[in-house]
Amino acid sequence: MLNFRSPDIVPLVSLTNAGVRRNRRWLVRGVEFSISRGEIVTLIGPNGSGKSTTAKTAIGVLKPDEGSVARLAGLKVGYVPQKLAVDWTLPLTVERLMTLTGPLKGREIEEALAATGMLHMAKAEVQHLSGGEFQRALLARAIARKPDLLVLDEPVQGVDFSGEIALYELIKQIRNRTGCGILLISHDLHIVMAETDTVVCLNGHVCCRGTPQAVSQSPEYLKLFGRRAAGALAVYSHHHDHTHLPDGRVLHADGSITESCFPGDGHHHHDEAENVHDHEPDCGCGHHTRLHGFDAAEKRDA
Amino acid sequence: MLDDFFIRALVAGIGIAMVAGPLGCFVIWRRMAYFGDTMAHSALLGVALSLLLDLNLMVSVFIVASVVSLLLLFLQRRGALSTDALLGILSHSALSIGLVIVAFMTWVRIDLVGFLFGDILAVSEADIDIIWGGGILVILALVYLWRPLLASTVNPELAEAEGMNPERARLFFMLLMALVIAIAMKIVGILLITSLLIIPAATARRFATSPEVMAVLASLIGALAVTGGLFGSLHWDTPSGPSIVVAALALFVLSLLPVGRLERASHTSHGGK
Repeated sequence: MLNFRSPDIVPLVSLTNAGVRRNRRWLVRGVEFSISRGEIVTLIGPNGSGKSTTAKTAIGVLKPDEGSVARLAGLKVGYVPQKLAVDWTLPLTVERLMTLTGPLKGREIEEALAATGMLHMAKAEVQHLSGGEFQRALLARAIARKPDLLVLDEPVQGVDFSGEIALYELIKQIRNRTGCGILLISHDLHIVMAETDTVVCLNGHVCCRGTPQAVSQSPEYLKLFGRRAAGALAVYSHHHDHTHLPDGRVLHADGSITESCFPGDGHHHHDEAENVHDHEPDCGCGHHTRLHGFDAAEKRDA
Repeated sequence: MLDDFFIRALVAGIGIAMVAGPLGCFVIWRRMAYFGDTMAHSALLGVALSLLLDLNLMVSVFIVASVVSLLLLFLQRRGALSTDALLGILSHSALSIGLVIVAFMTWVRIDLVGFLFGDILAVSEADIDIIWGGGILVILALVYLWRPLLASTVNPELAEAEGMNPERARLFFMLLMALVIAIAMKIVGILLITSLLIIPAATARRFATSPEVMAVLASLIGALAVTGGLFGSLHWDTPSGPSIVVAALALFVLSLLPVGRLERASHTSHGGK
């Protein structure tokens, strides 16, 4: 792994046709993407589409039942889970929360808290924080350990619109300053962080993927959300032409029902995002290059 | 003025309170009070088996409590019944099987009340060695396991994502519980061990500013309860276990008085809510 031309092309994490099954049901299947250093990948999709499952599989909390997940040896992960409730009986200040999974220097704690604007709350008990403050404290904890890969499961939940923009701005700064890879799960199907390199839309499988960058510059978007939002958010405009029924079958736009819809079948349809994807040479292509680079590495190792 | 047996009970009881404090904190943080009860109740089965097979009492109780906790883990994984239903089944079955076996053994005389509620007269010097030896072992293990145990208490997935092993931490925690139950049984009694774990920890919560402070405070409060309870037991000729629990309860009630409330209020205002 060391004799690579550039460290950039060795992904931190790479999922190949990964699937997770529980109680004889596939939670998610056929997931393919990779995250390299300095890259931001955003997972979107409806509730129950397997976003959290995919993220947990990527960092090794869940084991894939098919396909494979390759992680860089010694990968240091910083994780902000979707749900975290600290029992009232546990006296835990923001400051103590910071060293939950490993020791840190006082300076590192201060820096991380200052970066998320939580320094003044260092002595507060976490149970007394508001939703947004708690999210920022969790983010501070995750970045304080200087991870290679930051995994944020709906980091803007419970945060108002301007807080959301500020948080995305902060995530961008973290990426630019530390060069870590970021896997972001967005609670919104259509609005993602503008700095995202790749958007992966899940619906039990990878429905579609693209880049949101150019969209955020479009006049329609600026009219809709204003200039300030344009720096941080982007519309990922896409349209699903099939629905997953409760019994596992798939209803297509033309009214037909099939037993399954295979990943990569092309049962989806992009509007703007697809066009952007096609016409910008450094979006999807760069990503593919990285994937190919990794495939070669895998073969060499084997 | 103090008798030898009383000094022995005091030394043993304080030793137990020291380990029960930090372990009890995890029991309430992880909401495992009923789980602790189940393990403790299974101790009577351990007592019965020790008499039947002529095994060392503490070793037998430790093994049975460990087996019951592993059995629970296995049944939880199968997921057919909810955890509290499983606990109810295991807890009372183990206790009843123990009582039935004891009833069959007409050739042994057994002080059932002593096992159920504790008996300060029963503490020998060898017991003190085991209690302090085992206690120091438990404390060392807790210090070693502290970070993964605390992290997986807050969120097991977060702990695992960041390179820890929550399953292993949980397994060791159960073994430590079984060990404490085995060594604490003689003093507080099978039915009351969990209260020595929980009440001092709950009392400590009101004054604690961090998990570590809470663990140390719980130990000190437990030691105070043991001392007060044993003196009461000697004075009024009451069983040692219930007397210690009553003393612990008295301290808990004291912690609810205005001094405790002021402490909490200052925390709350600091937190900005």
